[in-house]
This record gives sequence, structure tokens and C-alpha cells, in this order.
Amino acid sequence: MAMNLKEIETLIKEALPDAVIEIQDLAGDGNHYSATVTSSEFSGKNKIEQHKMVYNSLKGRMGNELHALAIKTKEQ
Amino acid sequence: MDQNTKDLINNEITNNEVCLFMKGTPDAPQCGFSMAISNMLKILEVNYKGINVLETSSLREGIKEFSDWPTIPQVYIKGEFIGGCDIVKEMYENGELKKILEDKGINFKK
Repeated sequence: MAMNLKEIETLIKEALPDAVIEIQDLAGDGNHYSATVTSSEFSGKNKIEQHKMVYNSLKGRMGNELHALAIKTKEQ
Repeated sequence: MDQNTKDLINNEITNNEVCLFMKGTPDAPQCGFSMAISNMLKILEVNYKGINVLETSSLREGIKEFSDWPTIPQVYIKGEFIGGCDIVKEMYENGELKKILEDKGINFKK
């Protein structure tokens, strides 16, 4: 019931190819991460839409295999 | 999601100006993220209704489907989904949360 950092990065990158992604494993347990995602695809979208784009890229893992991923989105 | 759950959520967000769907209660939160948002609302002295999604699995899953949002906590103000933990925390820090409360006519400590 955990995901590694690389897996998260790969999934986000697949959905948002131009994204610059910084991920931190907050607790070192493979279960609590924080990600800052910067992408031009966020422009013109509100925060809820931006975060949904990141959640969608994780294809349902958020809230399941992945317990906690704090997200910060930035427009490029 | 069954109709009862949908009705329950609709009732809560219609009858309470500010709703926090959370794990645990405002007095006894059972998750750090729920506690964080609950505390921010307390600091702002917002009169909010905390709804414990751990009471039933239909509510715990239903609210995710209702908002199309995969995580808990979730904040609703005047029936509108405002965001989850990250967004509301960011809004608290940059002053946008106060602005929304003000715009929507909700009492809080200015």
C-alpha cells in the first residue's frame, strides 16, 4: 500500500509532459509525499481544476495506494 | 452513490453556510489534515459544521464522488466546493480564504 517517488513522477509526467516536478517523501515511509508541479497546462485554470489534473494523472491511486500527497501547483 | 447519501450531503451543504467534511470531529479530529483545516476555521472563528465521514462508509466514499475529489477533508462554503487540505491551506496563508468568506457574507474574525 505504498508508492515510490519515481512512480508518482512518471505518472504525472505522462499526463503533463512539460511539467517540472519536485517530490519529497515527507516521512520516509513511501506514503506521505509532497509534490510541487509546474506546468504551462495549468494556465487559465483555477486551483481546483489544476489539482484535479494532478489527481487524474495518478489514475485513482490517490486516496488508495497513495495515502497522502500534498500538492502545490504553479503555472509556468 | 445512493440517493440517501446524496440527499444527506445536499442537506448539509444547503443548511450550513460552512461545512467541513472531515475524518473525526472538530473536537476530536482523527487525521492530521482534517485537524489542520479544522484549526484554521477555529482561528478565523468561523461557525462551521464538521461532518464526520468516518461514521459511514457510504458517506466516506460518497463525498469523494459528490465533489469529484479523491481526498478528505473537503470544505464547502454556501454550497460551493472550495477545496481540499492543500488548496484551503494555501488560501488561508495567502489571504484568499478571508476574501471568500467576506465575499460570501460569512462572519469571521477579521
